[in-house]
Amino acid sequence: MSSITTLKYTLQLADNVLIMGQRLAAWCGKGPVLEQDIALTNISLDQIGQARSLYQYAALIINNMPAADKAHLFNAPLLQEKINNQHTITEDDLAYLRDAWDFRNCLLVEQENGDWAYTVARSFFFDRFQYLLYAALQKSMDSTLAAIAEKSLKEVQYHIKWASEWVIRLGDGTAISKEKMQQALQARWEYTGELFAMNAIEQAAMQANIGVDVSSLQQAYQQQIEAIVNEASLQMPTAAWMQTGGKNGVHTEHLGYILAEMQYLQRAYPNMEW
Amino acid sequence: MTQVSFEASFQKKIDEEIMIEPQDYMPDEYRKTLIRQISQHAHSEIVGMLPEANWITRAPSLRRKAVLLAKVQDEGGHGLYLYSAAETLGITRDQMLHQLHTGAAKYSSIFNYPTITWADMGAIGWLVDGAAIMNQVPLCRTSYGPYARAMVRVCKEESFHQRQGYEIMLSLAKGTPVQKQMAQDALNRWWAPALMMFGPLDAVSPNTAKSMEWRIKRFTNDELRQRFIDVTVEQIRILGLELPDANIKWNEERGHYDSSELNWDEFWNVVKGNGPCNKERLATRVKAWEDGAWVREAASAYAEKRKTKKAA
Repeated sequence: MSSITTLKYTLQLADNVLIMGQRLAAWCGKGPVLEQDIALTNISLDQIGQARSLYQYAALIINNMPAADKAHLFNAPLLQEKINNQHTITEDDLAYLRDAWDFRNCLLVEQENGDWAYTVARSFFFDRFQYLLYAALQKSMDSTLAAIAEKSLKEVQYHIKWASEWVIRLGDGTAISKEKMQQALQARWEYTGELFAMNAIEQAAMQANIGVDVSSLQQAYQQQIEAIVNEASLQMPTAAWMQTGGKNGVHTEHLGYILAEMQYLQRAYPNMEW
Repeated sequence: MTQVSFEASFQKKIDEEIMIEPQDYMPDEYRKTLIRQISQHAHSEIVGMLPEANWITRAPSLRRKAVLLAKVQDEGGHGLYLYSAAETLGITRDQMLHQLHTGAAKYSSIFNYPTITWADMGAIGWLVDGAAIMNQVPLCRTSYGPYARAMVRVCKEESFHQRQGYEIMLSLAKGTPVQKQMAQDALNRWWAPALMMFGPLDAVSPNTAKSMEWRIKRFTNDELRQRFIDVTVEQIRILGLELPDANIKWNEERGHYDSSELNWDEFWNVVKGNGPCNKERLATRVKAWEDGAWVREAASAYAEKRKTKKAA
């Protein structure tokens, strides 16, 4: 198995949780009630923690790679120069020095927070996927990825409980909350198709027995989502078209702004310890 | 017992250092003072989340991001304990929030200053949380039981916060010249506002005397402020930064550092609502509350439905 496959696959997993964690962190101090402010930052913290484990592993793979194999890994010139100059790459280099076209997160996680219903809908769709993904990834032939999946799965069990409970609470709350929840599910559903569309990295990782066949998760996903939506007395959302692109580096306009904000200090004051 | 004997037995407990509990008799003024102080403290925790939350999405490394997020989350947790402690005195959290949102209740003025560079995360953790600890450690022995117990938990976490702030300052002070400059700039801006956190001079503090008598407070504003200056000057030296006040000088006779008179006009101006961020901070809290109204209504409606279902 090529270490480039493991690297790219690991980065894709990391990008998803970093961007999701970054989005949720923006709620800090602004939640509808203090307890939920805290619950949301907890989830964000878990995701940033998962991203760190994955980026650390990716950095290790790069640092151990023969120079010839890593001469053209990224579009971002700052990062690629560092690699070519034999600097030791860190988790922060990977998070802070790549530009949008190097990120491989799905479109779903980069969507705006919107109101509480939109935030819940995005987490509901993403966390359920993460749950199925990590459960399968525990069987990865790559023992580091398997271990990260096992640890993360415990956290995601809480995340799906949180998101599902809110879908039910809003769906079965007031007429207003029901309408808002229905609208948010409908608006975010078109980003769920991409989760199960295998890209080249996932194909290669699956063939090497380190990655998950995400297309095989779709049926269980659909059923589990539907069960909660029914319990919430809501309608299953529909989509005439599923948006794709993020997993191949073709993002919505949101990601550029997320990165501009997240990476600003590292860009304005490069090569410093913080 | 007559009213007089109730009050005598209350003061006797205070004098014997027996904690007052929610079901105990307490004079109205004692209850009012505590509600004012605890709710003000709780509001400071949640308004205080905002200047630091301002930097979570821009933290310069993933580790700093995670630590800062956890720290700000802790402040929210402190708000929760403190609102709960105040609720034992016969006021609801919603009532207290209403007082905050209408300007009837205050919060610490320090949070009305802007966080304009990353170094402000260091300065806040180090100086603001440091001053808070100095104010709060004596409150672990304050005469009202629920408040004292809440403060024990709060203080444990605050000392971790202060360390993380100091560690940020240390990284900057030992970093490149521009990072050191950033640290110095933050120290210079936060120094005086941090000293003002101890409240007005004793001579003009309207609440100090009674609070001392009731053992809600254990040290005066000036005593705590001096203690903070003495400790912090040494820490500035370790960082290798310039002292933020040219008049800081060791006074052999007093056994303390002397320093400049603070600008109390600025203090009262910020208290009155004219600080650089007063309007913005309050508006952010009010907006979060109003935007969340439909969510809270949905949650109560849902809980109500569940109760009815269970009863049926």
